[in-house]
Amino acid sequence: MNETPMTAILETLALSKTFTLHGRGGLQLPVFAGIDLRVSPGECLALTGHSGSGKSSLLRCLYGNYAASSGDVRIRHEGQWMSLTTALPRDVFEVRRRTMGYVSQFLRVIPRVSTLDIVADPLRRLGVNAESARSQAAQWLTRLNLHEHLWHLPPATFSGGEQQRVNIAHGMITSPAVLLLDEPTASLDADNRRVVVELIHAARASGSAIVGIFHDDEVREAVATRSFDVEQHRNSL
Amino acid sequence: MNAPVLLSVRGAGKAFVHQGQPRWACRDVSFDLYPGEVLAVVGESGSGKSTLLRLLAARHACDAGSVHYDVRAESGEQSSTLMDLASMSEARLRWLARTDWGFVEQHARDGLRMNVSGGANVGERLMALGSRHYGNLRRETTAWMERVELDPRRIDDLPATYSGGMQQRLQIARNLVTHPRLVFMDEPTTGLDVSVQARLLDLLRELVDQLQLAAVVVTHDLAVARLLAQRMLVMKDGVVVEQGLTDRVLDDPQHPYTQLLVSSVLTP
Repeated sequence: MNETPMTAILETLALSKTFTLHGRGGLQLPVFAGIDLRVSPGECLALTGHSGSGKSSLLRCLYGNYAASSGDVRIRHEGQWMSLTTALPRDVFEVRRRTMGYVSQFLRVIPRVSTLDIVADPLRRLGVNAESARSQAAQWLTRLNLHEHLWHLPPATFSGGEQQRVNIAHGMITSPAVLLLDEPTASLDADNRRVVVELIHAARASGSAIVGIFHDDEVREAVATRSFDVEQHRNSL
Repeated sequence: MNAPVLLSVRGAGKAFVHQGQPRWACRDVSFDLYPGEVLAVVGESGSGKSTLLRLLAARHACDAGSVHYDVRAESGEQSSTLMDLASMSEARLRWLARTDWGFVEQHARDGLRMNVSGGANVGERLMALGSRHYGNLRRETTAWMERVELDPRRIDDLPATYSGGMQQRLQIARNLVTHPRLVFMDEPTTGLDVSVQARLLDLLRELVDQLQLAAVVVTHDLAVARLLAQRMLVMKDGVVVEQGLTDRVLDDPQHPYTQLLVSSVLTP
């Protein structure tokens, strides 16, 4: 089909991102350009660069949350390579449901939905029955040291660290083949950072391809198999 | 991923005559909606989003372009062809509207019959499908009232005695009782208290998920769009200025108007 080796699962081809701010007279904010990435199962690629260098924007482009300005993001989904930049919305949804997970820095809370159900939801969407999905969700929350008395509350009032752990459980529970992590340990204490490092190791061992931003040097050194400096691809017009 | 299209819209437009001149309320709208997909249509008042909804639901006829719908076989015959709404008889459209479609009005009073009981409002659509057995109707109506979190003891009360939030939930039960495949919603949560809104949204999200409903939701509330819809369409002055994946449109808006809309929202 193409020259991509079967081993890779996610790649970018000459990917670039520039924001155009129409409210500011069409001001162009170049972020990055010419990024060629290739990530294979079992790898953990750390995106590096200073704050504002475009790491999160790159991660969001990989998830289809930001539109690429040019170039392509391609993913191997159910054995087929597909372009995320040209895919229909429902196909992007399918990729997210079955192949690609994303742990963002911020939890988007749904009114009235309990923590346990939020974490169980990605499994439910894969057709797992409610009981089994909830019990797996409980295991993840236990592993991440989230107190059981919080499970039945919506996480709106949780602390930053608690919300982050809900987010991690939600993003990782389906063991997606591609896992995107945006500073997953930013507001965690040392004990919970260690748990997250172990979870990332386990995901890698089971064949997930991981791309992440890890602010903490110690965490990055513990989990990353490679790093990619986004700064090198900074696009200045 | 090759499910048949449920609703196919091509170059659809509607003009109203104003001082002898046609004025396009919406024009040149094209998209395909698939089973189970929820599409939000956002834009300010006067942008043409409600007119578009009425075109899709055959409440207005198109003055340009077309709307095709995948009409479910009526009795055993294996038909799964897209039919132009404009080519369908009044009777056929009424049948569609009563069985395979739902239409949730912004004001529950417009979507309910206020002079019959809450229970009768739900049972009526079942009777339109030929259900006549009183016990069965009553049982199914009760089940639906519970599903939308209405106290079944209110089954014989008139809708006017319900609160605004309850009326809206009753309207939803009335629409979903026939298991439609496509539901149109016009600002379903506007005008409700915030706490009532949250409950209704959560309920809608759950029902849409469980029943694998396709829906077109007109709203000016971007948070509603984000919560309910996978896709969205942004309208301004009667035309679609941007469309795509909901989180992409909201987090990385491309069109000047969408950027303005997104940046104008107050987040508490």
